[in-house]
Amino acid sequence: MNPLLVAEGLSKFYGARIGCRDVRFALEPGEVLAIVGESGSGKTTLLNLLSGQLAPDSGAVRYRLRDGRTKNLLDLSEAERRLLARTDWGFVHQDARNGLRMGVSAGGNIGERLMGVGDRHYGRIRENAMAWLGRVEIDTGRIDDKPTQFSGGMRQRLQIARNLVTHPRLVFMDEPTGGLDVSVQARLLDLIRGLVADLGLAVVLVTHDLAVARLLSHRILVMKDGHVIEAGLTDRVLDDPQEAYTQLLVSSVLAA
Amino acid sequence: MSRTAENYRGYNFAYLDEQTKRMIRRAILKAIAIPGYQVPFASREMPMPYGWGTGGVQVTAAILGPSDVLKVIDQGADDTTNAVSIRQFFEKTAGVETTTETGKASVIQTRHRIPEAKLQANQVLVYQVPIPEPLRFLEPRETETRTLHALAEYGLMHVRLYEDIAQHGHIAKTYAYPVLVADRYVMDPSPIPKFDNPKMHESAALQLFGAGREKRIYAVPPHTKVVSLDFEDHPFEATKFEQPCALCGAKDSYLDEVITDDRGGRMFVCSDTHHCETRRCEGHLGPLGMPVTEAAE
Amino acid sequence: MNPVLQVSGLSKAFHLHLHGGTRLPVVEGVDFVVHQGECVVLGGPSGAGKSSILKAIYGNYLASSGAIILDDGEAPVDVVTASPGAIIALRRHMMGYVSQFLRVIPRVPAIEIVAEAARASGFSPDEAGGRAGRLLAHLNLPERLWNLPPATFSGGEQQRVNIARGFAGDHRFLILDEPTASLDAANREAVIALIAERKAVGTAFLGIFHDAEVRERVADRTIDVTRFSPVREIAA
Repeated sequence: MNPLLVAEGLSKFYGARIGCRDVRFALEPGEVLAIVGESGSGKTTLLNLLSGQLAPDSGAVRYRLRDGRTKNLLDLSEAERRLLARTDWGFVHQDARNGLRMGVSAGGNIGERLMGVGDRHYGRIRENAMAWLGRVEIDTGRIDDKPTQFSGGMRQRLQIARNLVTHPRLVFMDEPTGGLDVSVQARLLDLIRGLVADLGLAVVLVTHDLAVARLLSHRILVMKDGHVIEAGLTDRVLDDPQEAYTQLLVSSVLAA
Repeated sequence: MSRTAENYRGYNFAYLDEQTKRMIRRAILKAIAIPGYQVPFASREMPMPYGWGTGGVQVTAAILGPSDVLKVIDQGADDTTNAVSIRQFFEKTAGVETTTETGKASVIQTRHRIPEAKLQANQVLVYQVPIPEPLRFLEPRETETRTLHALAEYGLMHVRLYEDIAQHGHIAKTYAYPVLVADRYVMDPSPIPKFDNPKMHESAALQLFGAGREKRIYAVPPHTKVVSLDFEDHPFEATKFEQPCALCGAKDSYLDEVITDDRGGRMFVCSDTHHCETRRCEGHLGPLGMPVTEAAE
Repeated sequence: MNPVLQVSGLSKAFHLHLHGGTRLPVVEGVDFVVHQGECVVLGGPSGAGKSSILKAIYGNYLASSGAIILDDGEAPVDVVTASPGAIIALRRHMMGYVSQFLRVIPRVPAIEIVAEAARASGFSPDEAGGRAGRLLAHLNLPERLWNLPPATFSGGEQQRVNIARGFAGDHRFLILDEPTASLDAANREAVIALIAERKAVGTAFLGIFHDAEVRERVADRTIDVTRFSPVREIAA
């Protein structure tokens, strides 16, 4: 297989404190990788390194571009990196306010990426926005409503639509179901699962919720103090954890 | 020198000290070199409040020479408080000749209009700008808007127009309508009506924009491409008026609505007062117009 | 022809780090093969390690040592050393697993759960839907339940959804972990028929069946797992 993204010995230090250290893995197209661990374990640092928002102190992130070339993110210009981020990548944030323009209608939120890559036909943009609203199960009648009038679950779904409209190949998700009611979570997870499978998306998913990791991911990295302490097939890591910390993590989950 | 000495009345020529003028001129030169790009400058305190055109006044002060002829308009009119006080300010501090005739002026400072008469190569139009950043209300972070300009990421600008069409069925923005300058920078043309936008395109005159509170100067050099943003299926359209000017009968000028009584009576007249007057002097008459006589003035 | 599954020298032990690092051996020296079109049943008392062997073969448990070679007729893969990606590919194309309990996303309709499994193993959405319907019908799940999520179903109904899901793909090798535990006689018959039908087209089975009658009827061979019991370390 030809990996989409490869992390090579990624390290990041904040002074004497370790952000993350010597992280290495390869992500295949269509693969969902969960990064789990508790707060402060380096999950978010790693996510920012992988998406080029933070420069590593050592190591590299290699990404296979749509034209087939594989490039170190650090070698891309700011303009190239941003273009990549708004066409070939998606970002789903825990707090929709970081991922949406709250003052802009749902249609405008979805259309932004299209306009950003030069679409100048209002009718076509709107048609596309309608189609995506339908796909993420938001009533198309709400196309001109602002996200401030949406529920938490709808905002997350709108965030997803806004990202997927340019058909990205890789989506970064940071606790996409965090802070939502359990009932809303289930529906969102099912939607994400369906989209990931239908569109063949690769996903890097940061979560501390092992149930979310189990439902969505193929593979898990367990992080502690900036290190990856265990990695493997999701159900293997959760059902037969090898490391002491993973055993603690898994055994601490309350069964419903 | 005797003329200037007499007129300065204790001020440096055109109020600002020479160092400041040089600093502003450098900013202007840079702005001309990069059409549509907002150049930061060390905006000074002026003896008038922000919002009264301190940016335009500083630009005018920096480019004014003793032989210049200055015209100042506010919403097209030469006789409103803002226009009168800025004109008096430069009469007092620079002693330059002032005029209301568009054709006679070498420097025209304006608030929110472009004169109807076509500007010429020897003229400079100085705009007073309240908010220079066209992306401001979409992206509040200044660091981010600068990056967006640097990388020419202007999708956001169209989001704003998209929102208009979604809400109103057409692009409802009628003033401060964003333009793309020389195929590179998106620029806020200051709150001029979109009626005036086409006049900026390939204008023979140099256009300078000064924002005092926001400390930015930008420019459109003569004969520069200026395109109003739009969609293929919702193209830009300049405002059109259904009736002619009530006073001079002009059908191709920008009109202001004037309320004439408290029973709903109103009329539409040219916002460019000099244009209207000139036409009336030439004998053009609108439905409510009276021939211009010495007595009327 | 190579066996579909060849287990050799397999051992599994758990290290309980949270309990003073206790090492808990489960099985040792596991050796057996499963051929195409045969159903092999693991026998032995509860706690003998039958389930652990199944899970190690599926890649759900990490084997402590030994080899688990799965041969799809092209490139044999050792599950013990295979990358996660290789195991995912195996699960998609070659080996299926029917567990004792249904674990699914809440609020997804039963028919969708089954159809998704068919799609995952390569059927088109239309084919997958048809396949799911036929399986649920064969397993006597009332059609009015198809479009409901299984959370509210009875244990037997849930189990039949689970079996349908396991059989929805086109796997050459199926692992059955007590699939008939909560089924009544009629539904046990349906499952037995399903297994026979698949055996006839060459599918290999490895299973655990508590029900002696079912075991008798489906098993070609039974392997007594107690012979893989580790030598217990006796505390001094």
